[in-house]
Amino acid sequence: MQILPQISRKASGLKLFIMTVLGRAYPRVVGTQREVSWLLFDVLMPMGGVIGYVLVYKALKAPEDYVGFVVVGGAMIAFWMNVLWSMSSQLYWEKEQGNLALYIISPANLMAILLGMAVGGLVATTIRATFVIVFGSLMFHVHYVLTSLWQLGVVFVLCMIALYGMGMMASSMFLLLSREAWHIANLVQEPVSLASGFYFPIKFFPFWVAAAASFIPLTLGLDAMRQLIFTSGPTLGFISVSLEIWILLGLSVVFVAGARLLLKKMENLAKKEGRLTEARR
Amino acid sequence: MKVKRTNLWQSFRTATWLGWKIESNWTDPFLFFIYSVVKPITGASIIVIMFSVITHADFTSPMFAFMFIGNTFYQYVAAIMTGVSWAIVDDREHYRTLKYIYTAPVHIPLYLIGRGVARFLTATFAVIILMVFGIFVLHIPIQILNVNWGLFLLAMVLGAVMLSMIGLLLAGIALNTVRQNFFIGDVVAGSFFLLCGVIYPLDILPNGVRQIGYLIPITYWIELIRRSFVGNIAQAFPTFTQFSDLQLVLILLGTAVVFGVIGYFSFVLFDQRAREKGFIDWSTSY
Repeated sequence: MQILPQISRKASGLKLFIMTVLGRAYPRVVGTQREVSWLLFDVLMPMGGVIGYVLVYKALKAPEDYVGFVVVGGAMIAFWMNVLWSMSSQLYWEKEQGNLALYIISPANLMAILLGMAVGGLVATTIRATFVIVFGSLMFHVHYVLTSLWQLGVVFVLCMIALYGMGMMASSMFLLLSREAWHIANLVQEPVSLASGFYFPIKFFPFWVAAAASFIPLTLGLDAMRQLIFTSGPTLGFISVSLEIWILLGLSVVFVAGARLLLKKMENLAKKEGRLTEARR
Repeated sequence: MKVKRTNLWQSFRTATWLGWKIESNWTDPFLFFIYSVVKPITGASIIVIMFSVITHADFTSPMFAFMFIGNTFYQYVAAIMTGVSWAIVDDREHYRTLKYIYTAPVHIPLYLIGRGVARFLTATFAVIILMVFGIFVLHIPIQILNVNWGLFLLAMVLGAVMLSMIGLLLAGIALNTVRQNFFIGDVVAGSFFLLCGVIYPLDILPNGVRQIGYLIPITYWIELIRRSFVGNIAQAFPTFTQFSDLQLVLILLGTAVVFGVIGYFSFVLFDQRAREKGFIDWSTSY
C-alpha cells in the first residue's frame, strides 16, 4: 500500500530540508499511535508517578496547590522522557539498527532528520501529556487559576524549543557513544527529574542550586507555568515569569545553534574515528 | 530434556556471573559504582525534598522513617523483578542468544533468576548508601544496636525469593509478547509501588483499591523491613497495628508461597507456549 507520495522530482535545498523533516516526523506521529498499547503505557507510567506523589502530599496534608504541581510536573515528565530516550539517544539506536549509515549516505541533512524527530516527538508527546493533565486534574480535582494565557503559551513554546534543542545537541554527542549510551541516558533520567522540580517548587533549593538547575529548560518552564496557573504559584516561584521568558529565549537560541555546530563537528569526528557503523553489543 | 541436579547450581552461578558482566563491564568500576548509586539516590531525594518542603524538614517524624525506609527498600522490588524479566528482552532481542541458551543444558528458570541477582547486587549498593545517608545525615530514628537483624534477614530472604518468582511470571509474559515486553517490569513495579503502601500508609488509598494491597506479599515484606529497623513504627500508623511480627512473617510466607507457585507454573506454561509458537528466537528490532 502506498502511504507516502511517490518522489517524482529530485528535491534540494529548503524543499529537501522540509521533506526530510516531514519524512522523519511521520513515523513519530503516525507510527507510535498505531501501537495502542504504547499509548496506554506512555500515559499509565507517568500517571503512576503522579498518583504516587499526590498521595504522598495527601498523606502529609500538603496545601491543595501541591497536588496540581505534581499533575503538571507529571505531564511535563513525558516531554523529558521523550527528549531523553527518543531524541538524545536516538542516533545510538539508529546506529544499532543500521539506519544511521543510510541517513549519512542519503542527500538528507542530519539536522533536518533531528528536527523531524523533534517535531514528531513533540506532537506525539503532547497527546500523551494532555491525557496526563486531563486524567490527573479530574482524578484529584485540581483547581487552576490562569493569570495570563499569552504568557503561558510563550513559556510553553520557548520551553519546548529549548528542550528539544537540548535534545538535538545531546544526540550529536550520543553519536560517538556505543553501548554506554543506554546507561548514560538511564543515569541522567532521575537527577534531571530531581533538579527540574517536577514534583515540588524549585524555590526550596538554595538559590545557586536552582540557578544551576535552570540550564535545563524544563526547570524554568515548569516554574513559570506553575506561577501562571496556580493561586499560590507566584509566591512559590523562583524568579519572575518575565525574566524566565527571557532566559528561556536565550536557552532556545543557545541550544538550537549549539546543536547545529556540535552535530557537524561530531559527525566529522565520528566519520574519522569510524564510529558511525560500529555496533558493540 | 531433563537437567542434571549439578547443572542447576551451574545454571544459576553462570547466569549470575554473566548478568554481573553485562551490567558492569561497559565502563570502569568507579564509574559503574557512581552509576549504580546516583540514580536511586536522586530518586529517593525527590521524596526527601517533598517531605522537607511540607514539614519544614522534620526528619525525626515517624512518617519520614516510614516513607524513607519503604522507598529505599523498594529499590529491590524494581531491581529483582525487572532484572529477571529483562533477561528475556536482552537475550532474545539485543544479544540474540536466547535460542542458544535454550539449546544448552541450562535450567531456564534458574538461569533467569541468576540474571536478576546482578541487579540485586547493584540495588544493595544503593540501599546501603541510602540507609547510611538516612541515619547519619537525616537522623532517621534508627539505632543500629536495636535493629532486629534476625527479622530483617528472614524478611530479606523471603522477599528475594518472592520477588524472583514474580519476576519469573513476568519473564514468561515477556517471552510471549513483542512490543510490550520492554514495559512489563516497570509497569508492574510501578503498580505495586502504588498499591503496597511503600511511601504512604495503605489507609490513604480508597476503599476497594486498598484491599488489593493486602493481597500482595510486598506490602507485608516492606512492613517487616520497617519493623526490623524501627520497631515502634507500627504504632504510628494503624494499618497493621493488630498484627505481631510473627503473624506478619506467616502472612508474608503464605502470600509468597502462593505467588511463588503461580509464578513458577505460569512460567512453565508460558515457556511451553513460546516453544510451540516459535517465539524463542523471535527478533523484532524494537
